Amino acid sequence: MTIMIDTGNYIAAKAAVMAKPDVVAAYPITPQTTLVEGIANYVGTGEFKGEYICVESEHSAMSACIGASAAGSRTFTGTSSHGLLLMHEMLHWAALARLPVVMCNINRVIGPGWNIWTDENDSISQRDTGWIQFYCSSNQEIFDTIIQAFRLAEHKNVSLPVMVSYNAFILSHTSMPVEIPKQQVIDDFLGKYEPLWKLDVDNPITFGNIIGPAGYYKVRRAMQDAQENAEKLIPQIAKEWKQKSGYYHGDLLELYKCDDAEYILLAMGAIGAESKVAIDEMQKKGVKIGLARVRTFRPFPKEEIVKLSRQADLIVIDRNISVGSEGALFSEVKAALYDKSDAKVYGFIAGLGGKDVPYYDVEIICKKAIDGKTKGYEWYGLEEA
Amino acid sequence: MHHFHFGAWEGTIVSSESLVEICLHGRGGQGAVTAANLLVAAALKDGNKGVQAFPFFGAERRGAPVRAFARVSDGEIHLRSEVYTPDIVIVLDESIMRVVDVLKGLKNGGKILINTRKKPDDFDFSKKFKVATVDATGIAIKHGILVGGMPVVNTPILGSVPRVLDKVTLQSIQGAIKNKWAGRLAEINVKATKDAYDSTEVNF
Amino acid sequence: MKRYDVVTTISYPKTGAMGKTGSWRVFKPIFDKAKCVKCLRCWIFCPEASIRREKDGTISIDYEYCKGCGICANECKVEAITMEREGGKK
Repeated sequence: MTIMIDTGNYIAAKAAVMAKPDVVAAYPITPQTTLVEGIANYVGTGEFKGEYICVESEHSAMSACIGASAAGSRTFTGTSSHGLLLMHEMLHWAALARLPVVMCNINRVIGPGWNIWTDENDSISQRDTGWIQFYCSSNQEIFDTIIQAFRLAEHKNVSLPVMVSYNAFILSHTSMPVEIPKQQVIDDFLGKYEPLWKLDVDNPITFGNIIGPAGYYKVRRAMQDAQENAEKLIPQIAKEWKQKSGYYHGDLLELYKCDDAEYILLAMGAIGAESKVAIDEMQKKGVKIGLARVRTFRPFPKEEIVKLSRQADLIVIDRNISVGSEGALFSEVKAALYDKSDAKVYGFIAGLGGKDVPYYDVEIICKKAIDGKTKGYEWYGLEEA
Repeated sequence: MHHFHFGAWEGTIVSSESLVEICLHGRGGQGAVTAANLLVAAALKDGNKGVQAFPFFGAERRGAPVRAFARVSDGEIHLRSEVYTPDIVIVLDESIMRVVDVLKGLKNGGKILINTRKKPDDFDFSKKFKVATVDATGIAIKHGILVGGMPVVNTPILGSVPRVLDKVTLQSIQGAIKNKWAGRLAEINVKATKDAYDSTEVNF
Repeated sequence: MKRYDVVTTISYPKTGAMGKTGSWRVFKPIFDKAKCVKCLRCWIFCPEASIRREKDGTISIDYEYCKGCGICANECKVEAITMEREGGKK
């Protein structure tokens, strides 16, 4: 084990290379650029021995990953914002083909106007593609999640692509210390990739042929089953990773000081880490509040959230907006509780466009909810813009 | 710990004994971000378990005023927001002070380390803040730390950091430099940090 | 100037929205009028609109905003613009 101190992107590059993918195909975009630059550097040093394909767009990057994965290769890519959106068609394709591509998405605002800061609208708008979605809040978590993502994606009961998202700049360009296990630990943990199916000249098949309504209906159901399997496997895989590496990072929700909490705050990504400071401060003041940081958005941790609602009212912060409705996490949380809980749910939009959300803003948000002064959901901090 | 008012809700600024927040001011291309990274690498080596270094999130342009940030703590750092109330400000380029309010948010009793030929008492804010000065530009020129003929001050000024931050040692700063560069480049930078350490003047 | 009443990302032209970017310069373009052939390549290529056209067909340089990128000097075929180190720097 060594300690590496580096930015989220370089840590992600390290994790990706240590997972030994056969193929990486990527196209650079701010703020993902240093991730692919990092992998390219490992090609130079000889530490990455797979095939590194320079493509001309993100659509091509995902297409190349799909082709490589369909040929039985372990594949990795990374993108951000508009790059992810350009991949949209191929995201559906990878998931419907049940190909375990692993991808980092650096959560960045969508233009216009041009903005390279963070919010989650890029990946949230891909939530129905069938990809498993993780949201990280530290560089250690980025490393651990990428390694575990390969194991999860390639599990025979899952066989779905996995997206590991983390915030633009706040994580992608921030240096933090990360414990890196020995290569052997990762090799043992991941094992050899055994594809569920592959294009193989010795065993000829055609993939993606015409399929009738009844057959296609079953394909969709199988994807849903795979996501539900993933929900059970994520903690199991993480437990095994903890035994081998010492780190866990496997909860669907990371609970922070929730014992005796009468209110529980739900948030994702970097706000989820920052909120720990807010929880500490509020508990010092005697407020009975805890935090549940949502790590997986797909599969969505419905049961865990219902469990929390039996104990506490819920406060949800969304760094995204489903325009015409409300924050996506807020919607999903309420849907999970329907008919199962009477807990109140308070929704807040915060930090769109990369607007900073310091812990004292999180405190104010919680205070508003606890005072019961909000109805429906609220846009926090709009007036200061 | 000090308090501030934010609407009707009194928030608290976290300033546990162990957390130190640092803001570095420079111009694009001067290596403020590299300096922040080397600083926290050294801090980690010195046993501070929680460290963070990050640029101001935005597009940097050569020559334009830029900022970088560092946090050093005994334990894991959960903060992900910008540094608004630094304990220490480091100014790589004195001319920045004409266009940027480098004292903005500096905590009461905070420290400011400036690359300048002046002395701490030459600054009118030296009565309010703890001021440290070092001629990092002169030191860079003396040791031939130049890029395109221009003196590079980001590594020399790191030698003065242990004079304003006791959580970091000169030895670890030099170790971080030797980790990043090799041969003569490492050697001249290490010598420059020693010079900076020795020649830093403080008013506290 | 026409202004539109809509909340989206429309910008209106303004001189020096980023402040006096002339302070960013490390190198400064120096114009030698005697060599100028009035081709205006510098005026076309300057990305910051810091080359002004003068009545006599030559140009002048707006040092308040010129960032010193050197594109004008590079484009000038008769070397009427050359780059010099900024004076007064430490």
